[in-house]
Amino acid sequence: MKQVVSILLVVALGVFVFLALYTGDHSPLQFTPYGEADLSTRVSQRFVDKTVTLGMGEAETAPDAQAEADAPAFEAMPALVVYGETRDAETGSANMVTSIVVNYRSFDTLGEVTVLFIAAFGVGLLLSGKRKRQQPAYEPSFILKHGARIVFGIMVVFGVYVFIHGHLTPGGGFPGGSIIAAAILLLYIADNEFQAKVKTFKILEGVAGSLYVIAGLLGLVIGGYFLQNFLPTGVVGDLVSAGVIPIVYILIGLKVGSELTGVIAGFATEEEAE
Amino acid sequence: MSMMELLQLAMGVVMVVLGIVAINSKKKITSVIMLSAISMLAVVLFVVMRAPDVAITEAVIGSGLVTVLFVFTLFSKKKEGEDV
Repeated sequence: MKQVVSILLVVALGVFVFLALYTGDHSPLQFTPYGEADLSTRVSQRFVDKTVTLGMGEAETAPDAQAEADAPAFEAMPALVVYGETRDAETGSANMVTSIVVNYRSFDTLGEVTVLFIAAFGVGLLLSGKRKRQQPAYEPSFILKHGARIVFGIMVVFGVYVFIHGHLTPGGGFPGGSIIAAAILLLYIADNEFQAKVKTFKILEGVAGSLYVIAGLLGLVIGGYFLQNFLPTGVVGDLVSAGVIPIVYILIGLKVGSELTGVIAGFATEEEAE
Repeated sequence: MSMMELLQLAMGVVMVVLGIVAINSKKKITSVIMLSAISMLAVVLFVVMRAPDVAITEAVIGSGLVTVLFVFTLFSKKKEGEDV
């Protein structure tokens, strides 16, 4: 009976979503198709018209009369950002999501990091005390034991790559840190005796978190806003091109990685019998 | 409806079915694997919908870390003699 009700509910929800997405007329259910929404009624027009390439010369050169006649909308259009050529864009980050997450809304990210810290703190508090390694119900095989050590290095390098290249490619501090924590979880699975040095990770976590706040305060002193991007930006697409963004993402990656490692270490150990 | 939208719809239906299987399976380990499969399909959907940043996070956390933690916990329950 419960299953029938749940299936009916899911089907009803599916029909609702389907109708909302795919039926023709202008009903209140319907979403506006992509590109046809009237943005001026929803967000401030200033943000729609804003160009991130101001100050690099291209946008400031006024189009001559001929071009203006050809394309009346030219003035409203920002200068094109060309990968590998554009210099000194506002954030310098090639990845749009990153430029929002660690530049425009960096204070949100600081809050997010704090949420994760409080969660890890709670787990650490619950699973504190003298702890020893929990013995799993299986014996790791030869291949698991030795393959894990090879894969571990590759995973750590990949995690570091993901958070260092957070401003160029998809990814960033949070996935990169999680990949590093997953690598350490692999070591826990592959070796019944393995125990991470949790204390070192906790120091690393505290230092990275403090440095993030210090970077924000430096922005406040130099640029006038908390977490302002105070370093110069370079050519879009270069590794060192986004000012303070890669530094902040490296700090977030180290912090998330060490926090999740602490949580995993808590799960993989058990309280020592008195 | 284009080919891509049909694909997305089909994937959504498969995800719902996998969720129902996860609820109804007798063994807990099957539920965990089904949840992992749902996460994997969600990753594909996120990539199709052009959200690669969300996709990489979902792949790492949803179908990686959380699944392994569940399996880890189930194995230590098994040691205590519970049927998983």
